[in-house]
Amino acid sequence: MTMKRVYLDHIAGTPPSLQVREAMRSCLEDGVGNPQSLYAEGQRARQVVDESRAKLAALIHSRPDEIIFTSSGSEANNLALKGLALARHNQGDHIILSAIEHVSLIKAAQSLEKSGFKVTRVRVDAQGMVDPDEIKRALTPGTVVVSVMSANSVVGTVEPVREIAHICRSRGVRFHTDAVAAVGGIPVDVEALGVDCLSLAADQFYGPQGSAALFLRKGVKLVPLLDGGVQENGKRAGTENVPGIVGLGEAAALALEDMDGRGKRMRALRDRLIQELPNRIEHVVLTGHPESRLPHHASFCIRFVEGEGMLLHLDMNGIAVASGSACASKSLKASHVLLEMGIDHTLAQGSLVFSMIDDTTPEDIEYLLDVFPPIVEKLRRMSPLYFEYLEKLK
Amino acid sequence: MMMYTEKVMEHFQNPRNVGQIKEADGIGKVGNPVCGDLMTFYIKVKDNRIENVKFQTFGCGAAIAVSSMVSEMAKGKTIPEAMEITNADVAEELGGLPKNKLHCSNLGADALHAAIEDYQKKTHELEQKTEKPESLPKEKPEGAECPYCEGPIEGMEEYCTSCQLELTECPECRKAMEKDAETCPHCGATRIRT
Repeated sequence: MTMKRVYLDHIAGTPPSLQVREAMRSCLEDGVGNPQSLYAEGQRARQVVDESRAKLAALIHSRPDEIIFTSSGSEANNLALKGLALARHNQGDHIILSAIEHVSLIKAAQSLEKSGFKVTRVRVDAQGMVDPDEIKRALTPGTVVVSVMSANSVVGTVEPVREIAHICRSRGVRFHTDAVAAVGGIPVDVEALGVDCLSLAADQFYGPQGSAALFLRKGVKLVPLLDGGVQENGKRAGTENVPGIVGLGEAAALALEDMDGRGKRMRALRDRLIQELPNRIEHVVLTGHPESRLPHHASFCIRFVEGEGMLLHLDMNGIAVASGSACASKSLKASHVLLEMGIDHTLAQGSLVFSMIDDTTPEDIEYLLDVFPPIVEKLRRMSPLYFEYLEKLK
Repeated sequence: MMMYTEKVMEHFQNPRNVGQIKEADGIGKVGNPVCGDLMTFYIKVKDNRIENVKFQTFGCGAAIAVSSMVSEMAKGKTIPEAMEITNADVAEELGGLPKNKLHCSNLGADALHAAIEDYQKKTHELEQKTEKPESLPKEKPEGAECPYCEGPIEGMEEYCTSCQLELTECPECRKAMEKDAETCPHCGATRIRT
């Protein structure tokens, strides 16, 4: 008998929903042409791409022609930061980003540093929250771009993007937000937020992997990363990933349709886990902001144990989760997000991230709550840190 | 999970010799500068032979499996035999470890050796011997390999060819360290991030 799997790693990617798979399958089976071709097959392909563009635009409340399809959130982030900075290089050479940005933005900023830009990394508080006043203080006359994420995938904190966008706009500075973790999970309205540029990825809301997009406000100049054809308004060369774009459009339509219901269901599961886990296991610390957080996101540090060990045991019990511990990462570095929040290396080693998906049931959460405490107990029984702690109690 | 061998997973799930030994003859505590793992080994020695071994480990699956394997390998061995257990032996007994986890096997052998050294120090003190205990040979010269995965480094390369980490030279000890690391894994020198 195969064990039922409980997938609680939304942040690594959500499984494509049935409707998304069906839309993509029929797109592949239709054998659509190249959207740039002038004959009927090409025009049909262009039509499905345009329909998807409109669906995505409706989700984030943009115009369809403000959407640039890309291959990943990382590509969208690179295109945004490098593209906006280079487009304004004649006006200044200063970039601001938060210290807990995704690695694609951190590395993109490093690469801009090598070509002469100066980068300020704004610290966050213990809940992973960026203070808009800190952004204001970091602004200089030479600042050309500010980038602050909408929500953090490691700790779930939802950032005050609207306030930061407002500050930037009033100073004439371009503002980009990495909304990969947020779009599809919480309402994201580019008009209401007032952002110039926003990254999103289909695999965070039941669309396919390898399909993402950048919103670029009309009139905002951006230097493309890829030179080539006229696709995506000349902003992103290369033949369109038509099935991927169709999947993204379908996922966007479903997200818009069920935004409130999805949020409500996720929040109930999340709150149950956040409330009950500390009752079942001692010495559990919630990471991230207690209220301003993603509805599908519950993250903790479990004292005296290491994340990869917990992850492996949970996997053997059919549960898939993520960890920000050093050991669980290929680079053997604890998540920079946890360290930036002032969590020490030892506590960061106990990081676990539970992120729910549409299929997650209340029973799944109860199963996790039953299975998890003995795992922690087992690992604590062999932990020298736990024994040190017990010795001190005596 | 494909990342670890069956043997590693078996030891991880059912670790042998977990715990402490009250009135241990030797205790070895080591910490890993790379990822923050901690291991404590306890040994009981009789007639120059390791009669009992226990360990406590805070660390990943590999660290736990390594501790368990080292404890099994050391049990019943004479002190000189136990001192000869190397990182490579432990990794081999486990059917191999992922490259970026090889440093965990260092930690296991180091913890055992530290416990033995502690035992030797104590017995020397008991016997009121004043001469220094024989220094133990270091297994490998440091710096000729990547400190993170132990892959070989020829000269000062920009990348470790095994684990792909970007490397640079530590300004203090001149050995290879990760480019973005704040602390050198060899000498512990801290760099100020700019």
